[in-house]
Amino acid sequence: MAFQVILKRPESLTQREFTYCPGCTHGIIHRLIAEVIDELGIREKTIAVAPIGCSVFAYQFFNTDATVAAHGRAPAVATGMKRARPDLYVFTYQGDGDLAAIGTAEIVHAANRGEKITTIFVNNAIYGMTGGQMAPTTLLGMKTTTTPYGRKADNDGYPLHVAEIIKEARGVAFLARTKVNTPQDVQKTKKAIKKAFLAQIKGLGFGMVEVLSTCPTNWGIDPVSALKWLEEHMVPEYPLGVFVDKVGDEQ
Amino acid sequence: MAERVLVKGTEAIGEAAIRAGCRLFFGYPITPQNELPEYMSKRMPEVGGTFLQTESEVATINMVYGAACTGTRVMTSTSSPGFSLMQEGISYMACAQLPAVLVNVVRGGPGLGDIQPSQGDYWQATKGGGHGDYKLIVLAPSTVQEAVDLTVLAFDLADKYRTPVVIIADGVIGQMMEPVTFPEFRDLNTLPKHDDWALTGANGREKHIIVSFDIDPYVLEKMNLEIVEKLRKIEANEKRWEEYKLEDAEIVITAFGTVGRIAKSVVEQARKEGIKAGLFRPITLWPFPYERLEEISKGKKLILDVEMNMGQMLEDVKLAVKDHARIEFYGRMGGVVPTPDEILEALKKFLNV
Repeated sequence: MAFQVILKRPESLTQREFTYCPGCTHGIIHRLIAEVIDELGIREKTIAVAPIGCSVFAYQFFNTDATVAAHGRAPAVATGMKRARPDLYVFTYQGDGDLAAIGTAEIVHAANRGEKITTIFVNNAIYGMTGGQMAPTTLLGMKTTTTPYGRKADNDGYPLHVAEIIKEARGVAFLARTKVNTPQDVQKTKKAIKKAFLAQIKGLGFGMVEVLSTCPTNWGIDPVSALKWLEEHMVPEYPLGVFVDKVGDEQ
Repeated sequence: MAERVLVKGTEAIGEAAIRAGCRLFFGYPITPQNELPEYMSKRMPEVGGTFLQTESEVATINMVYGAACTGTRVMTSTSSPGFSLMQEGISYMACAQLPAVLVNVVRGGPGLGDIQPSQGDYWQATKGGGHGDYKLIVLAPSTVQEAVDLTVLAFDLADKYRTPVVIIADGVIGQMMEPVTFPEFRDLNTLPKHDDWALTGANGREKHIIVSFDIDPYVLEKMNLEIVEKLRKIEANEKRWEEYKLEDAEIVITAFGTVGRIAKSVVEQARKEGIKAGLFRPITLWPFPYERLEEISKGKKLILDVEMNMGQMLEDVKLAVKDHARIEFYGRMGGVVPTPDEILEALKKFLNV
């Protein structure tokens, strides 16, 4: 009898092995993006813009044309690409240090202009690659290498709610916050990513998915505990949901 | 015979860029160059191009980076503080080997400075400006017609060498109106396609990547050496300058851009008073025409370098002239434009006449 392939590596991923730490959810999110690009049949018309941070090597993993933007500037780089080649599909992949600190101006203005690009924003509440310093998204009381006594609002400010800020921008066509710590949530995230791409494909405007993610290494806990910690600590601070949806359900 | 029209420098540069095939302009307002983005905002829609006013110079240069990744002709313009903000992106573009044209209408500095003409960004433009080992081709026009011609050349050089090219001007060149002849519109189909490296979608080919880094120092060194080799080629092939009344000159004035233009009047006046002066005006500030200036300087009584800064090109003049002749400097700063009379006076003082 013949075997039938029911699951294979997405064509939109290269053969290269991920360089992420054990238990980090970047790998899951990468795969979801690749599956969406495959399903939409746009691999050969897509450009990936990788960020600074742990996912700086994303350009090696996506089997699409790709570049790496300067720290925080991915939305500007993507804007330049899309304005030059409106027939191509451009997405940025950014962490919280990249998008929510040094790159706040670029993301707000790209969203407000309604740039027809897609942003996948991975929020793990910490700086990963530089060794676990405080991010704008770090929770109050959370210990990092630069908040050794825990983040205090009066000194360090409050956790930044990016999706809630972006949703006020009228150029946004799709905006959601999801998580990837359970199989159901992984599927919901994939659906959101697909819609964020559809917002671009349909020419409706800017699409972004904020994905709550884990960093077992810099949180200093094991991968399974990290998934639980995300649920118990991050979700109350960063409520899940679809904030803007001009894409609709027909596909 | 092509028509001659009276236009302002900034607008002339914009029109020349469009005729050279540029259909993308990103920019952020800063004085004294605002007429250039304003002109582009009106003209780009007329030619099917895109003008975008950005949120900052930082965003601007990264949009230029993104557009250049697709192999499309792209331009921005700014003035000194804005050019400083762009340096990070320019360094990235130099390493990623991306073609673009960057216009810097230099104003008084450092810091916020003022909005008057200056040449204070010579070092920044010619010695790197951003981090790391790289240089950019830097073109310095002294008339509006030359600004037009150099704009077209800038796009061609950017494409040929895959590098950002800087046009360095100042408020005088930018605001001055002069009659110019524009080139014909370039047929967009004849522009370089860059199919071998540009990000255009991996359609039936292997994916392309454009990056300005590699985590392996040996690989990064190789990337750096590739750039060095390119820079050597540019040095060998692209040095440009103007010589004016140097045949019998005993005194050589060295000056670029607006001051190069003023210096021509100085040469005329000096000759009326019996001083045999001539002018050497570098057009490419990088690569600097060292060899030719050295040759010229031999046996001369005096080399007088004149600039609107504290003597930034003077360092290159000294490298060129070596000990073949005596070198003196006259400069004004802070946005002050030297008059022909005061330059002549300085010249006479150095000559003891």
